[in-house]
Amino acid sequence: MYNSIVLVKQVPDTANISGKVMKDDGTVNRSKLPAIFNVEDKVSLELALQIKERYGGKVTAITMGPPRASDILRECLFMGADDVYLISDRKFAGADTLATSYVLSEAIKQIGNFHFIFAGRQAIDGDTAQVGPQTAEKLNIPQITYTEEIVDLKKDKIQIKRKIDGGYEIVESKLPVLLTVLKDVVTPRPFSAKRVMAYKGAKSLIELEKLTEENSLLYVDKLVHEYKERKLYINTLTTDDLNIDVNRCGLKGSPTKVFKVESVVLASGGHKKIEATKAGLGELIDQLMSDHIFG
Amino acid sequence: MEFKNEVWVFIEQRGGKPADVSFELLCKGNKLAETMGGILKAIVIGSGTDEIAKQTFKYGADEAVVIDNPSLKDFRTIPYARILQNLVKENIPRIVLFGASIIGRDLAPRVASHTKSGLTADCTDLQISDVKYLNENHSKLLLQIRPAFGGNIIATIITPDVPTQMATVREGVMELCPLDKPKKEKITKIEYKPEPIDDLVQIIKQHREENKVNLKAAPIIVAGGYGLGTKENFRMVEELAHTIGAEVAGSRAAVDAGFVTPDRQVGQTGVTVRPKLYIAIGISGAIQHRAGMQDSSKIIAINSDPEAPIFDIAHYGVVGDATSVIPQFIEAYKHKLK
Repeated sequence: MYNSIVLVKQVPDTANISGKVMKDDGTVNRSKLPAIFNVEDKVSLELALQIKERYGGKVTAITMGPPRASDILRECLFMGADDVYLISDRKFAGADTLATSYVLSEAIKQIGNFHFIFAGRQAIDGDTAQVGPQTAEKLNIPQITYTEEIVDLKKDKIQIKRKIDGGYEIVESKLPVLLTVLKDVVTPRPFSAKRVMAYKGAKSLIELEKLTEENSLLYVDKLVHEYKERKLYINTLTTDDLNIDVNRCGLKGSPTKVFKVESVVLASGGHKKIEATKAGLGELIDQLMSDHIFG
Repeated sequence: MEFKNEVWVFIEQRGGKPADVSFELLCKGNKLAETMGGILKAIVIGSGTDEIAKQTFKYGADEAVVIDNPSLKDFRTIPYARILQNLVKENIPRIVLFGASIIGRDLAPRVASHTKSGLTADCTDLQISDVKYLNENHSKLLLQIRPAFGGNIIATIITPDVPTQMATVREGVMELCPLDKPKKEKITKIEYKPEPIDDLVQIIKQHREENKVNLKAAPIIVAGGYGLGTKENFRMVEELAHTIGAEVAGSRAAVDAGFVTPDRQVGQTGVTVRPKLYIAIGISGAIQHRAGMQDSSKIIAINSDPEAPIFDIAHYGVVGDATSVIPQFIEAYKHKLK
């Protein structure tokens, strides 16, 4: 039996971004962006679910993000996660990878009882690939990045095939271990229709608080109790729920600062227009031949 | 705060061979150290590393710090990270640079986390500058410059409040420039003290293939993008490359779509190239792609969209559909060569 914690992230769809979504302090105004489930994280969730199906155990998905990140936690439930956690607080905003991994590692310590931590190799918004290794460091456990395949799993040891520069290697690690996973390792399963019906109403504390704001007859504590009973509560952790130093969170706890952001301005091109005809292309080839590039 | 003006470069090896990116970073590190009025140290971890340590002086190292032990022969995260983080804590270098390779991207975050240093991934430029940030003056900070968020912006990252500034850089981004006269050799050996945690992960087997693709050395490159539409259309790019004796490359979108293998990706998260001629077909020209090819001597852009940003850096522009332009190009080329 193996328990897994999966780190998931809601990311802006970087294909649909304009310069306007940058705030004056250089951080990203995520509320202005279409948001999606980071694909490599979804792949890691699939891997964790496969281990659970084969060996038994529990899969817990956690994310740090703004309130609307509960969208991807519901998706985790639709796929088969047993438990989900939203780690959300205004004080976490503007976090770089160091501040993010600090909060995640403290949440993981609180959840406890895990054999594996899974994460995507990197998120498409920053492409840094840093949060996985930094979380492993803070938990003082080994990491295996660039996972391509689980070769073997026995007792407290796992063998992994991982990518290296120019090839691959097979490594064996003692558990617990943090694995970061490449995109093509497994195909994430589609949502189960049954689970969508069961969990589409799952709500985080923040979402329940919103309900009570709209209806004075409702009380948060009662709602939380009720949603927990119905297994529809998205566990919600704020700075108050975690044993953390707020100075190490968010923008404050981030050593990297965005000093300057420039929209990409292109030097206006002084290129020579070539007709898309055989004659036009022929002239271009002549030119390249006289420049000794061709021929 | 007063800092030691030391620049460190982690010298990476793969199967006992030093990685090009490490020497490229020494060249850049040498320039940064000069600007800061500091010194450059090469950090060499491995087994049987004498030759590699000696080579670092040719690329500007003032000192090679060597940690040599048979159990360090192959890279493993924990022992390498422990060695580096202890060195960083004891010596507090101002800058530490890593290749943005699989090893560098595995190691650097771990070391940065332990030492609470700032770390910026995949920088496309590094500069030293005095900076005024939030009304405070900081002298000689490292500007860590990288495209971000889909390439719509270029961000300059700084880490003003921590002693050590760390960055990773992809292979080929910085130029390799060996010194005419190597610096005087100074090698400092440091003993490796193993800990039980170092052996939690063991390497069972390693398999490496000589990299068959060498885009960096190719004088002519023909690159295709997502605009080609299908894998079949991408074959025409390969045919053109074959005809004119060029290497084939692709944009990240083309790699993601499966048109071409990842080892042929040009751009910020791929290879940086500087060929004599770069032909970009069906590539819109996002900043991440341009970061990897804009220093090419001559650029031909072929694209059906006359507004595509690739035309702004091209020397020659052909507006037209790739599936009709490529065959005409091939035919014209064959005709001229007759």
